[in-house]
Amino acid sequence: MSAPSLTSSGPPAGSKVLLIISVLGAFLAVLGAGLTHDTIFRLQAGTFAIAAIIAGFVLSSGLAGGKLQDHPDQYSDNIIKAGVIATMFWAAAGLLAGVVIAAQLSWPNLLFFPEAGWTNFGRLRPLHTSAVIFAFGGNALIATSFWVVQRTCKARLAGGITPWFVFWGYQLFIVLAATGYLMGATQGKEYAEPVWYTDIWLTIVWVAYLLVFLGTIWKRKEPHIYVANWFYLAFIVTIALLHLVNNAAVPVGWLNHRSYGAMSGVQDALTQWWYGHNAVGFFLTAGFLAMMYYFVPKRVERPVYSYRLSIVHFWALIFIYIWAGPHHLHYTALPQWAQTLGMTFSIMLWMPSWGGMINGLMTLSGAWDKLRTDPVVRMMVVAIAFYGMATFEGPVMSIRAVNALSHYTDWTIGHVHSGALGWNGFITFGAIYCMVPWLWKKKAMYSNKLIEWHFWIATTGILLYIAAMWVSGIMEGLMWREYTPQGFLAYSFIETVSAKHIENVIRTIGGLMFLTGALIMIVNIWKTITSPELDLAAAELTDDTSATPATANA
Amino acid sequence: MSGLTYETVSRIAQQGGLIYFGLLFLAGCAFALLPSKKAEFQHAARMPLDDEELS
Repeated sequence: MSAPSLTSSGPPAGSKVLLIISVLGAFLAVLGAGLTHDTIFRLQAGTFAIAAIIAGFVLSSGLAGGKLQDHPDQYSDNIIKAGVIATMFWAAAGLLAGVVIAAQLSWPNLLFFPEAGWTNFGRLRPLHTSAVIFAFGGNALIATSFWVVQRTCKARLAGGITPWFVFWGYQLFIVLAATGYLMGATQGKEYAEPVWYTDIWLTIVWVAYLLVFLGTIWKRKEPHIYVANWFYLAFIVTIALLHLVNNAAVPVGWLNHRSYGAMSGVQDALTQWWYGHNAVGFFLTAGFLAMMYYFVPKRVERPVYSYRLSIVHFWALIFIYIWAGPHHLHYTALPQWAQTLGMTFSIMLWMPSWGGMINGLMTLSGAWDKLRTDPVVRMMVVAIAFYGMATFEGPVMSIRAVNALSHYTDWTIGHVHSGALGWNGFITFGAIYCMVPWLWKKKAMYSNKLIEWHFWIATTGILLYIAAMWVSGIMEGLMWREYTPQGFLAYSFIETVSAKHIENVIRTIGGLMFLTGALIMIVNIWKTITSPELDLAAAELTDDTSATPATANA
Repeated sequence: MSGLTYETVSRIAQQGGLIYFGLLFLAGCAFALLPSKKAEFQHAARMPLDDEELS
């Protein structure tokens, strides 16, 4: 069992088909780049063509040289390794973009070029949000879902070469979206900025992802489908649905990056925030809860506190979240009953959210000492605590009277970041700190001390960030609603902006600290992978007490 | 359009929705608490702790 049999059944299924598709894709992209009169479309088609040509070269040389081999008797781990590296790369890029735009809010002339526009706040802001949510978060979700579904189903990833298509196709989506934003190609929908052809490309990649995931579950050797897989599946299916409906649009031309949305007015607003809030609910919550339900029990070596609660958690969460979106549209043209509906469901969400939080935290029962000794456990527990805090704050902010003060202010930004940095960031870092030694067959991470440093620098950074945003958000909210005795607004808008200067500087420092933590993590991962003295194979020769032959329990 | 006013439709939707979601929640709880599922769920709670290798 311990000796890996390197049997191979030739190249992974579908390799040749993917090669043909790459060649065809490159041909069409070059044709599009040549025929269009739209500069942005030409540059994006060129990017697509380059990616397709690289894919074609790699596939053909892999097929010809015999290097592209399938190993059906092993888990597909190389793709998860690639996913971990991509996650950390995009973490650095996305967090850096965040620090830059926070600095731009503090010092508005920074990187502001009225003529060129590429690095102006309006273009870097969607670059930041998409990079952290879709590039960092998305890669983390794809990588961990591929790990978890294989281990809990006892089956290799389905679909031959398809998982690699999902991985590289997703990176191409990120590059097309990000470069598009910098050039000014946007649909102007929050978290759905990519233009129509990028949306179509993501749809293709996402359907392939769904099929790989379903295919792996289909051929599972465990009869029970573990709860984490339910959360991942809800995430994949719902994102597909949200993406298709919210991005429905008619292109201006087949060789033009512009398009008209299928909906307009209040219907468009409702659809946008049905999408926007469920991107939070299913991308940033359900998927990351799947990480919690696998990596927390695994790391603390305790079973899930209550598996029954996890089932109620799952069904309650997915049925309630989908209705919460209208709380983004208080005091708008949306009918009041629809606003109230969104608000009511948001408050109800508190229950499954805190049920899940309790389930995650109580999984540590009997292993609380690890909180003191293992910084990775501490990171994941703080992540769950931030999940609890953000899912308490969110329902409060969805109440119409509170929203009257909080909406459009920095309070919302602080709320989002306690969720994104505290919950999504820390649970991902925790999962990756777990997976790196497992994937690269190492005894442990290179340095526990560096994990401690990462933890404390990043935690302090989050606290600085959200505290500053509470102060500036409530301050500007109060300033906006201040009237003079004559009935005029007491402050002009720009006065409320300049009043936030010091809070914006503090948020920049907080973000910089979170980025510093991530860079420390990258160094730690790099040293772990490249240190031969950490190899598990070397350790197994000297002390191997755990391994017993599989035949012993027959 | 006699009878089927906005108020009627919204009332049916609201009360029907309440009953539908209430029943759905109870069904979910009942499924989670089924005594016959106890062993399966106890096994499932330990699934992440199982062995790592394939085959």
